[in-house]
Amino acid sequence: MRLTLHIWRQRNRNDRGRFVKYEINDVSPDMSFLEMLDVLNQRLIEHGEEPVAFEHDCREGICGCCGMVINGVANGPEKGTTVCQLHLRHFRDGDVIYIEPWRSRAFPAIKDLVVDRSALDRIMQAGGFISVRAGSAPEANTVLIPKETAELAMDAAGCIGCGACVASCPNGAAALFVAAKISHLGLLPQGQPERHRRARAMVRQMDREGFGACSNHRECEAVCPKRISIRFIALANRDFLKESLAPSEATSGKAKNAKK
Amino acid sequence: MHRVAEFYRSTPGKKFVTTVTGAVLFAYVVLHTLGNLQIYFGTRMLNAYAGLLHSVPGLVWAVRFVIALSGTLHVVAAVQLTIRNWGSRPIRYMVQRYREADWAGRTMIWSGTGVAAFAVYHVLHLALGSVHPDFVPGDVYHNVMAGLLVLPVSIIYIAAVVLLGLHLYHGLWSFFQTLGWSHPLYDSWRRAFATAFAVGVVAGNVSIPVTVLLRLIS
Ligand code: HEM
Ligand code: FES
Repeated sequence: MRLTLHIWRQRNRNDRGRFVKYEINDVSPDMSFLEMLDVLNQRLIEHGEEPVAFEHDCREGICGCCGMVINGVANGPEKGTTVCQLHLRHFRDGDVIYIEPWRSRAFPAIKDLVVDRSALDRIMQAGGFISVRAGSAPEANTVLIPKETAELAMDAAGCIGCGACVASCPNGAAALFVAAKISHLGLLPQGQPERHRRARAMVRQMDREGFGACSNHRECEAVCPKRISIRFIALANRDFLKESLAPSEATSGKAKNAKK
Repeated sequence: MHRVAEFYRSTPGKKFVTTVTGAVLFAYVVLHTLGNLQIYFGTRMLNAYAGLLHSVPGLVWAVRFVIALSGTLHVVAAVQLTIRNWGSRPIRYMVQRYREADWAGRTMIWSGTGVAAFAVYHVLHLALGSVHPDFVPGDVYHNVMAGLLVLPVSIIYIAAVVLLGLHLYHGLWSFFQTLGWSHPLYDSWRRAFATAFAVGVVAGNVSIPVTVLLRLIS
């Protein structure tokens, strides 16, 4: 296959960055998109040039680090697919392909296609956890969970934190990521103690990181490699509204009044 | 920080304000549209309806107050959100293709601004009469007829209503999502609801200048 690539090259955080054009003609339709970049990088190295930096780890669609915007669509043209799982057979011979990093105020550039997504980690640190009794593992099935609930929680837990939702959102919002995390824990019994406080804490951190606001454009759902539904945004909104406007008597800070 | 202040400072909090005030404005739009359609029942009916509204003590001012308050809150929260959103991607994409985000949704700030500008004009035109060529206080039927027979004026009315329709097409759907009203049993109705009301409001209100211009009523 022959492809013309326009790849975003940026030496470091302070470099202004630019597109560089590469012609490539020795790739096969069976290769993955990242393998094509490997081929290109090998050639660049042989010519003594700097290879294109991109993130990758598992290459099987589970770690969430290989995201990039391909011809204007986060993670490329195939629905429900990470870039490492995207194959060249979905392109045509002679295609011109623009490859850009995630663009968001909250994801500062590091190099070429690599951006710093630790904003998502800080949102997790703010509330994406449950408190458990330390000690030996509990007996399996001591906490019963209806199968449907477990499945719904698993749908949310499918989020691999790739950031495509942010990258594709016209507003640069992280609502789908945050909602998936809030819902995944909030649906399960183990997540109940912190359920509403979690929603508030994670939203607060999300806003601090400089993400945009959700306008319900649904773009995130369309590009999510795990096809996470925006229904979780609605569920998370409920938890957030509940905690903000009608917090439980116990956690509202006014519990002492109950004694009188 | 007080919980309510913290709530308003958050992005979902501001969005909640736009959605609740948007719903109030929408309710007003629907009632206003139904009122407008009485023009098809003739001079007496429309003027009697207008007279009825003004005869209830305080009604008109109460409604004006609620609309002004909701409108102000809606605009302030929506503009704050939009400014934030514009700043969230300092370097734009060279190529950006949307798969789902539709045009109506991405231009809410412009359809909203158009509606706001029109609302000011509309009040000056048909409520106060200051920009109306032949305003007769109390004769609503006459004012509408004479006003809309001017072609550019009718075009302004039609354009504004279409903008409002675009705003509602996205906004009414978005409303459910913002409030967390999502449920597998009802989700498929949300799109239908938004489309139906957007089309209904546009059709109802556009029909008036069109019928006047075509002199189907006089
Ligand atoms: C008759 C008047 C209006 C009605 C019925 C109306 C209704 C609505 C509704 C229902 C929403 C959806 C809220 C949500 O997404 O949950 C909305 C959003 C919005 N409205 Fe209005 N609106 C009106 C006037 C205006 C005006 C005058 C502006 C001027 C700036 C405006 C700007 C916006 C913006 C920017 C949004 C989107 C906010 C966001 O998602 O970030 N609207 N409107
Ligand atoms: S490299 Fe792990 S998801 Fe693509």
